[in-house]
Amino acid sequence: MYGLKLDYCAIDVPDKYYTTSDYEKGTARWCPGCGDHSVLSAVQRLCQEKQLPPEKTVFVSGIGCSSRFPHYMKTYGFHGLHGRAFPVAEGVKFRRPDLDVFVVTGDGDCCSIGAGHWIHAIRYNLNITVLLFDNQIYGMTKKQTSPTSPIGTLSNTHPHGSVLPPINPIQTTLGVSNVSFVAQTADWMPGHLYATIKAAHEHQGFSFVKVMMRCPKFMQEQAKALVADREHITMLTHENGIQVDEATAALFMHKQDHDPTNIGKAREYSEDPNMYYLGLYYQDKTAPRYDLYGAHNLGFTAAQKLEAINAELDRFAV
Amino acid sequence: MASPDLRVEPASTKVSRTILREHIVEIVSDSGEGAQKAGQSFGSVCAKMGNGVWTVEIIPADIQPPPRTKESVSGIRIRLGAGKITNMGDEADIVVAFNEIAPYARIEQDAYKKGTKMLIESMWANHSDPSVQQSYARAVEDYKARGFVVYEVPMEEECLKIVPDAKRGKNMWVLGLLTQLYNRSLEIAEEQVRMTFRKKSQSVIDINLKLLHGGYEWAGQNLDFLYDIPAVESGQDLVVMNGNEALSLGVLASGIEVCSMYPITPATSASHHLAECFEKAGGLVHQAEDEIAAIGFAIGCSYAGRPAVTITSGPGIALKTEFMGLAGMAEVPLVIIDVQRGGPSTGLPTKVEQSDLLAVLYGQPGDTTKIVLAPSSIEECFQFVVLARQIAEAFRTPVIILSDANLATGVQPFTRPKPKAEWLAPPVDLSPWKKDIRPYEWDEQTGLSKRPVPGQEGGMFTLTGLNHSEEGRVSYLGTVNQHGAKMRSRKLAAFGRTLKPPQVHGDESGDLLLVGWGSTRGAIEEAVDRARETGASVSSLHLHFLNPMEPGLKEIFARFKKVMTVEINYSDDWNDPLITRENRRYAQLAWVLRAQTLTDVDCFSNVLGQPLRPRQIFEMIQEELNLKNN
Repeated sequence: MYGLKLDYCAIDVPDKYYTTSDYEKGTARWCPGCGDHSVLSAVQRLCQEKQLPPEKTVFVSGIGCSSRFPHYMKTYGFHGLHGRAFPVAEGVKFRRPDLDVFVVTGDGDCCSIGAGHWIHAIRYNLNITVLLFDNQIYGMTKKQTSPTSPIGTLSNTHPHGSVLPPINPIQTTLGVSNVSFVAQTADWMPGHLYATIKAAHEHQGFSFVKVMMRCPKFMQEQAKALVADREHITMLTHENGIQVDEATAALFMHKQDHDPTNIGKAREYSEDPNMYYLGLYYQDKTAPRYDLYGAHNLGFTAAQKLEAINAELDRFAV
Repeated sequence: MASPDLRVEPASTKVSRTILREHIVEIVSDSGEGAQKAGQSFGSVCAKMGNGVWTVEIIPADIQPPPRTKESVSGIRIRLGAGKITNMGDEADIVVAFNEIAPYARIEQDAYKKGTKMLIESMWANHSDPSVQQSYARAVEDYKARGFVVYEVPMEEECLKIVPDAKRGKNMWVLGLLTQLYNRSLEIAEEQVRMTFRKKSQSVIDINLKLLHGGYEWAGQNLDFLYDIPAVESGQDLVVMNGNEALSLGVLASGIEVCSMYPITPATSASHHLAECFEKAGGLVHQAEDEIAAIGFAIGCSYAGRPAVTITSGPGIALKTEFMGLAGMAEVPLVIIDVQRGGPSTGLPTKVEQSDLLAVLYGQPGDTTKIVLAPSSIEECFQFVVLARQIAEAFRTPVIILSDANLATGVQPFTRPKPKAEWLAPPVDLSPWKKDIRPYEWDEQTGLSKRPVPGQEGGMFTLTGLNHSEEGRVSYLGTVNQHGAKMRSRKLAAFGRTLKPPQVHGDESGDLLLVGWGSTRGAIEEAVDRARETGASVSSLHLHFLNPMEPGLKEIFARFKKVMTVEINYSDDWNDPLITRENRRYAQLAWVLRAQTLTDVDCFSNVLGQPLRPRQIFEMIQEELNLKNN
C-alpha cells in the first residue's frame, strides 16, 4: 500500500495460519485399526507444522486402499489409475516447481502394476515425497497375494500359500541408479513415522518412504506378530539420519548406527532376512533432479514465444 | 552471389521444351547418396517458382541394408504441377537412378508405367566386377522390355570432371540436371544450394554450385527431351514442410509447453523437431518410460495448468486407452496426436493406414467422451493442433488428432501461418477460486464446467476417475453416474452445434458420393475431378471432425444414389468367399456413417501400405458407375 512493499518488512508475518483442521476432509473410510489412519494423521500434522498452503499442495495416488488418501486431505488431489500415480505426479511437478507434490501408493499399486513407473520415478528424482503403504496384501479387492506378501501367505489367489519370495521394496529402490532418499518406518510407531515423513519431505528429491502397514482385516495375525515382535526390529541412528524423541527411541530394543551416505551398508541392511531396519537407509543430496530440468525454461512471455515460432517458420520458408 | 568463375553461359539446348501441366519425378539411390537432399532441394526450387509440389521420401525399412539391393533403396518422389498438388499421384514420369537395382524396389510398388523415362547412372556398365556389369546390362534390357525408356547417364564420369570423389556430389549434379530438364531458374537453384550448405565452408558451397552447373549444362546439351511447367506465383509467403513438422510447429503455436512421448514410428520425428525448437519457445519434450507414462505425465501437466500433448501411433493408442478414459471421466483437457500406421499389432510400422478410427472412437471401456479431428493436408496438421488445444481447454476434454504416415512424410508448400498471441495458452491462473463454484458445476444446457487448477486458493478438490458428483466427491449412486455421463455427452452435442455442414466437392447431388477423412483428400478430389471431366456424376465430401461429426450428413447422402467411403483400412470385398450382406465387415468410417445416418454406405478400402492413388479411385469410380448402368 502506498509504495510499501512487503519485502521491506523485517519480520515475516504470514497472512494465514493453518490449523490441522485446514487439512482435514471428510471421515476416512478405512477399516478400524488400519495403519492408513496413522499416516493420515502424521501427514496432516506435517502440513500444519510446515504451514503448507493447501492450494499449493497436491496428493497424487493410484488405486487401492492407500490411494483413497487424497480424498481425506483438504488440498488438491489426484486419485487416478491403478499403478500410475508416478507419471501423473511427475507431470504435475515437471512445470510447476511451486507445488508441493506427494505420492501415496500401495504395495500392489507401486510394486506390481506400476513397477515400471516406480523404477523410472526413482531415476527421474523429481522433488516429490513418496509414501508406500506396504501391508503385504491386496485389501480393496479382498485378499489377493501382493508382490510383497511373504512366501506362504494364504490368500484367495493362493489358498495353499503363495509360492514366490516377495519383492523387497527397499532393496529394489536402493538398486536403481540416481536413487536419492530411502527410508523405512512403521505405522504403529507414530513418533518414528512422523519424523521419517518429515525428513522425507525436507529432502530435495525423490523421497521414498516405505511404511510397514498393518492390515487388520486380511493380515491380522501377521500384523499382531509384527507389532509384538521387538526382537526383529532395529532403529537406524545417525546424526544425518532420522531424529526421534527419547520416548520413541525407547521403543526399540536394537539400535544400529548407520551413515546414510553408505549405500553398500544400506543394501546390506535391506537384505537382512532376520531384521527390519527402520530409519534412513540412504540419502544423496547431489543426485541430478529432473524437476530442475523441467523448470529450467519456464515463464516465457507471449512475445518471446511468438519470436521463437516465427524464427522456426523462417527455417521452412521458401 | 556466385564467384565470377562459376558463372555459366545460358545453356544452349538442342530441343524445344514441351509444356506440361504436371509431372512426377523420382530419384532413387542407395542410402547415403543424397537422393533425398537433391529431391527436397528440387521441390523447394519448384515451390519458390510458384509451382504446386508434393514430395514424399522413400525410406529403407532396415537400418543398414547391403548396398545395391532393393532393400537399400532410399529416395524421393517429387510431384510438381502448374496448380496446387495435394497428393503423391500415380506412376512416375521420370526416374533418376543411381544404380540399376534401385528401380526394382519401386517397380514392386507399381510406381512406374510404360513410357516412364529412366535416367540410369551408366558407370556400372564398366565396373571392375564383371557380375556388376552383367547385372547392369540385364537390368537395362529388362527395363526396355517392360516399356520404360532408358537413358544411360554418365553421372560419375561427369562429376569426376569437377570433384575427386563423385559419391558425395552426384546429388547436386542431378539437381542441376532436373533444373535444366524442367526449365527451373538456375539462380533460384543456386540460392537453394547455398541454403542447403549454409553451415558448410565456402569451398564446399562452390564445389556444389559447380556440380549444379555441371548437371545443368550436361542436360542442356545431351537430353533430347526438355520440359517446362509454368507456374502462377501466388505472391504469398510460403513454408515447405512435412506433416510431422507441421504438427510440431502447431504445438509451438498453440502454446502447449510439454510434449510427453515414447518413441514410435511414424510419430517420433514430430518430437525430434520439438525437442530441437522447444528450448527457445519455453517448452520441453519429456521422453517417458512407456506409452502409458507418456499420457499420464501429460495429464499431470494439464491438470496442473500446463497444456500438454502426447504424440503416438496405433500401438501407443492401445496402451493409452485407460488414461484416455480417465481424462474423459475427470474432464482433463489434453491433446493426443495419433500418427497412424499399418496395424494391428506391430503391423507395418513405416506405412500408411487409417485403422485407428474405431479404436479411438470406441476403444475405451465405458462411455469415454472425446473430440476427434483429422487433418487432410500438411497445413491442417499445423492448424488443427492450435484448434485442438483451444477445444480441449474450452470443453475440458481430451481431443484426438488423427494424422497418418502419408501426412507425416509428405512435404507440401502452404501459405506461411501468422502466429498470434491469442493462439497461445494463457499463463496458469493462480487467482483465488470463487468458493461457491463447484469443480464440476455442469451447465445443464452445454455440460460445460470450470476447472480449478492447483495453486488456486479455495479451489481444492480431489480429481478422481471414480464416478463423482458436481462437488467432485466419489459417489456410488447410479443417478449421479447417469447425470455425469449425460453432462459429458452434452458437451459433445454442444461442440457439434459449432460445426458447419461439410462442403460437397462437385455437384450437390448425383449418382455417387465418395466420403473420405484424413490424408486421402487430395487423391479423392483429384480422382473425382478427373472422373467428372469424363462426364461421371460423382462428387466427394471430406470429414474433418469425426467425433462429433459435422452436421447434415444424412441430408447430403440422400441426394446421391450411392454413397461410399474411401479409406485406407481393411474391409471385406463383396466377392470374397463367405461374405454376405449381413456379415461383410466394412471400412471404419463406413461403419460409423451407416450407424449414424441409416444410409446404406458402401466402402472402397485396402491395406496395401500405400497412400491411395488418384488412378485407383478413378478406376473404382468408373467401375461403380458402369456397374450401376448395366
